[in-house]
Amino acid sequence: MAAGSTIDALGQFELTPVLGTLGESLHFSQSPLFMLIAVVLVLSFLYIGMRPAAVVPGRLQAAAELGYDFVHDLAVSTIGEKGTAFFPFIFALFFFILTGNYLGLIPFCFTYTSHIAVTLALAVGVFLLSIVVALRHQGIGFFKHFLPAGVPIGLAPLIVPIEIISFLSRPISLSIRLFANMVAGHVLFEVFASFTIMLAGLGVVGQVIAIAPIVFNIALMALELLVGLLQAYVFAILTCIYLREAVEH
Amino acid sequence: MNRMPRLFLFVATLAAVPGQAVAAGMPQLRFNDHLVIGQVVWGAAIFIGFYLVLSRSALPKVERVLTNRRNRIQNDLDVARRAKAEADAASAELQKARHDAAAQARANVERIQNEARATAEAHAQAAAKRLEAEIAQAEERIAQSRNTALASLPDIATQTAQTVVGRLLGTDASTAQGTAISDAVARAQA
Repeated sequence: MAAGSTIDALGQFELTPVLGTLGESLHFSQSPLFMLIAVVLVLSFLYIGMRPAAVVPGRLQAAAELGYDFVHDLAVSTIGEKGTAFFPFIFALFFFILTGNYLGLIPFCFTYTSHIAVTLALAVGVFLLSIVVALRHQGIGFFKHFLPAGVPIGLAPLIVPIEIISFLSRPISLSIRLFANMVAGHVLFEVFASFTIMLAGLGVVGQVIAIAPIVFNIALMALELLVGLLQAYVFAILTCIYLREAVEH
Repeated sequence: MNRMPRLFLFVATLAAVPGQAVAAGMPQLRFNDHLVIGQVVWGAAIFIGFYLVLSRSALPKVERVLTNRRNRIQNDLDVARRAKAEADAASAELQKARHDAAAQARANVERIQNEARATAEAHAQAAAKRLEAEIAQAEERIAQSRNTALASLPDIATQTAQTVVGRLLGTDASTAQGTAISDAVARAQA
C-alpha cells in the first residue's frame, strides 16, 4: 500500500498466519488458504458442472468438458499414447496454477503462484517425476541423453557438463518464469494504483491526471488475464514435453 | 513475446521503488520464515489431495459422461445407418416389384392381343370358307337349273313351234309335221 510518499510494492507478498494462534503454530498462512480455495473452486466447477451428466450439456457442463478436453488433448498430443496416465497430473497442475493466477487478480486475494517457494516446489515435483518416469522407461539408458548421439567423443568433456547443466536448469527456469511473471504483474498493479492515490492528493489537476494510471491498470488487467492463462499453459506444456522425453526413446 | 518489455518495466519499477522497500527485500526470498516453508508443505499436501480427488473421482466422472455421449452418438448413427439400409432395400424391392409388374402387364397385353388377332383370323377364315361353300352350292344350283332348262328347251321349242304352226295353219299339226318341226328344232339347236 502507499504509505506516505513511499510505495510498498512488495508488501502484498507478505505472508501472515490465518486462524490466529492455531494458524501460527501450524505455519498456515493465507497462501495455503488460497490454495485450498482454488482446489475447492476447481473441484466444485467439475462436480457441479458434471452433475447433470447430460448428453446435450448446459453451459457449465460444456465449460467443464471443455477444460477436460483441452488438458486431455494437450497431454495426449504432446506425450503420446502414454499421456493418458499423466493426464490427471497435468490437469491438476494446469488448473492449480491457472486458478492461483486468476484468484490473485481479485482484490484482497493472495497469489500463491507469486512465491518462488511454491513454483519451485511444483517445478521440482515435475522434475523428479520426469526423472522417475525416465528411469522406469529407459533404465540406465536415460543417462545416454547427456551425450547426444553423433557427438565426437573428444567433445564429451565439454558437451556432457553442458547437457547436465541444461537438464538441471529445467526446474529453475520453469519456476522462475511463473514466479517472475506473477510478481511483475502484481508489482505493476500496486505501483500504478499507488500513483493514482498519490496524484489524487495533489489537488484538482492531480485528480484529473490520476485517471491515467487507472486506465493503465485496466489495460494491465486484460494483459494479466492473458498472462495468467499463458503461464499456466506454458507450465503444463513444458511438463508434457519433459514427460514425453522421459517416456520416449 | 511480451517478456522483454515486461521485464524492463519490472526492473524499472523496482529501481523506482524507494530504497526502503527494496532494502526490506522480497518477502518471497525470506526462506528462514516458517510461513514461506510452511506453504510448501501445506501446498504439497493440498496438491496431492487435489490430484487424488481428480484422478480417483472427478476426472473419471467427466470421462464417463464423455464416453456415454460418444457411445450414444455411435449407437444412434448405427441405428440410423441400419434404418437407411433397410429403407434402401425396401425401395429397391419396390422398384423391382414395379418393374416386374410392368413387364408382366406388357406380356399379358401382348398375349391377349395375339389371342384376339388369332381368334379374329380364325373367324374370318371360317366365314370365308362358309361363304365359299355357299357360293359353290349356289353355282351348282345355278348349273343344275340351267342344265334342266337347257334339257327341256327342245320340247318347249317343239311345242311352241307346233302351237305356232297349228295357229298358222289352223289345224293341229300332224305327226308328220310334228316330226318335221322337231327335226327343224334339232337342226336349229345344232
